[in-house]
Amino acid sequence: MSIIYFLIGCSVILALIFLGAFFWAQRNGQHDDLYTPSIRILLDDEPKDEEEK
Amino acid sequence: MQPDKFYYDNKIVRNFGIATVIWGIIGMLVGLIIAIQLYQPAMNMHNQYTTFGRIRPLHTNAVIFAFVGNAIFMGIYYSLQRLMKTRMYRDVLSKLHFWGWQLIIVSAVITLPLGMTTSHEYAELEWPIDILITIVWVVFGINMFGTIIKRRERHIYVAVWFYIATFVTIAVLHIVNSVELPVSFTKSYMVFAGVQDALVQWWYGHNAVAFFLTTPYLGMMYYFLPKMANRPIYSYKLSILHFWALIFIYIWAGPHHLLYTTLPGWAQSLGVVFSIMLLAPSWGGMINGLLTLRGAWDKVRDDVTLKFMVVGLTAYGMATFEGPMLSLKQVNAIGHFTDWIIAHVHVGALGWNGFLTFAILYWLIPRIYKTELYSKKMASFHFWIGTLGILFYAIPMYISGFTQGLMWKEFTPEGILRYPNFLETTMRILPMHVMRSVGGAMYLTGVIVMAVNLYKTAAQGKLVANEAAEAMPLEKVNAHAGTERWHRRLERKPILFMIGSLIVILIGTFIELMPTLTISSNIPTIASVKPYTPLELQGRDLYIREGCSNCHSQTIRPFRSETERYGEYSKAGEFVYDHPFLWGSKRTGPDLQREGGKYGDSWHYNHLMDPRLMSPGSIMPEYSWLIHQKLDTTTTPAKIRAMQVLGVPYPAGYDKLANQDLDKQAKGIADNLAKDKIRVKSNKEIIAIIAYLQRLGTDIKANKTANNN
Repeated sequence: MSIIYFLIGCSVILALIFLGAFFWAQRNGQHDDLYTPSIRILLDDEPKDEEEK
Repeated sequence: MQPDKFYYDNKIVRNFGIATVIWGIIGMLVGLIIAIQLYQPAMNMHNQYTTFGRIRPLHTNAVIFAFVGNAIFMGIYYSLQRLMKTRMYRDVLSKLHFWGWQLIIVSAVITLPLGMTTSHEYAELEWPIDILITIVWVVFGINMFGTIIKRRERHIYVAVWFYIATFVTIAVLHIVNSVELPVSFTKSYMVFAGVQDALVQWWYGHNAVAFFLTTPYLGMMYYFLPKMANRPIYSYKLSILHFWALIFIYIWAGPHHLLYTTLPGWAQSLGVVFSIMLLAPSWGGMINGLLTLRGAWDKVRDDVTLKFMVVGLTAYGMATFEGPMLSLKQVNAIGHFTDWIIAHVHVGALGWNGFLTFAILYWLIPRIYKTELYSKKMASFHFWIGTLGILFYAIPMYISGFTQGLMWKEFTPEGILRYPNFLETTMRILPMHVMRSVGGAMYLTGVIVMAVNLYKTAAQGKLVANEAAEAMPLEKVNAHAGTERWHRRLERKPILFMIGSLIVILIGTFIELMPTLTISSNIPTIASVKPYTPLELQGRDLYIREGCSNCHSQTIRPFRSETERYGEYSKAGEFVYDHPFLWGSKRTGPDLQREGGKYGDSWHYNHLMDPRLMSPGSIMPEYSWLIHQKLDTTTTPAKIRAMQVLGVPYPAGYDKLANQDLDKQAKGIADNLAKDKIRVKSNKEIIAIIAYLQRLGTDIKANKTANNN
């Protein structure tokens, strides 16, 4: 069953990658504001047509 | 500061959308054809290229990688641009990704009916296509990370995290499960054997469900559902929490596909524990989605896209509740190998993946064509016939699964099997199979109506190929030059970060791989288990080509009901020369692990020629072409050499002698058949497959008789 060590290794490495990503997100301030992003995606960024004015 | 003006690429989204609909219809049509074959074998049109064993993988690959795959890319290419407030990184990469993916699908459509398969479920494609998949996936990755890097929005919305997890994990899973040794351009052997191969396959298999059918769809749900309802997600905090929980837990649920097999018990328990834990993050997603609609249920009444979303999320909730339950050993003992599993996956596939895809298509196509949906009535019709289709599909399959699972296990008061004839349990569930195909046909009808509706919508509008948008450029982060740590600097260079991670993965992989490939495995070996003879090896490859393992398992669980029916339960040491393993996951027909010596050669000959001759009412297809086609023995030396590389102990130089042994054994079987007045040349394929079937499980039987004497 040596394969299981290989698979556990792969899984652990994957988990470490995700853990790294999590720490990056944490320190990058990705989790500082857990409300505004949910509202922001609702706004479209269509250019304000100057011709219309 | 001036806002940047830029354009979103809608054409690539449209192209993936068209591919989604076309491949969806094809994949579901193939599904309907094989569903009908399960009560009307003649539906294979007496043609080897359209028999169940060969086109069942075509169905699964088409709906998973072609229908759902294209839908994922459609959703990602639409939402990623808008979430990152930038166009996709490179148009040429988008195009390469699109056409590369379609090329992969077309090669699957050609090779699978020809019987070129690795036999690993959902990873059937042979090695050249595996390499192509890897290349296209990398193209997709560069395009996605490039887009994320040049984003104009600092915060990475939760949907994008789901997309990143999808990319990274699928890359690793695909590579690990495709470690195969090529024999020729169209044939390869899995490097791992038996139990080890089984574990790799189901580690992959379950995570394919997790990271191809689940995470990208959750990401899409987090973007499209708030947009459709025009209200923010119920709890953004919950979405972040359930994302991290989900990706950390999912990876080890795989072994629940191998309960009661010869996989070590602790690995099975590990799979069960992780599967049970999965309930929490899975339901976190479903609840978050459904609660987004709180106070807006009046919108659901009028808006067909929201209706699809609600049923899709409910199906996701049901499937992710059922999954952990099925991974409990007691439940699994009844459910495994039966139609229950088919019902389970179709609630997920038809409900969750299908309905979310339809909702997104109905929402997105009118938007990029700057028009209204052509017909709300048709969309509403699609919703109702689709929902009824799922019910008509799933309910009969549940009944069928419970019925057959319980019939297999039932004993009379005297202690003998109540239904010793497997065929009896098959015939009992045929009415359910008929109803299931009706449900499937209803669902497919809905999809065709959708295709017409979307076509008309596109025809009445005009594609906005490049949609204008503007956003403020991202402010530069103040760099504290000199004081920041190296990791901090690395983080700001995502490409470097990605390459670094890849190197770490590769080093880890090699360190882990070396022992597996060099040290002999600690599976208990059994002295009487010998490598396959050349003829049996060729027969085994025919068994793989015809996809026999799609309907016949080769693993006997240690239950009295199974040892009574099939014989001695499976031992890990029996599979050490099985590259790949052929345990199967479904018993549409009986288990074959102890098939060897059960019947005479002539029984097998007649049975393969016309199964209904020997077992009236059988739903197995006829394999008459095995009688006419000549066995290709030119491949024998290469196959023997490949097996030697993989550690199968054939004597040195045996590759040159193998065909002599093959001819001798084939002659013996042909002579044996001649005694029963069956005249067939010894160089036909049927001889090889009979040799393999007669060998199955006999190593242990031989041992037992020797001990008894």
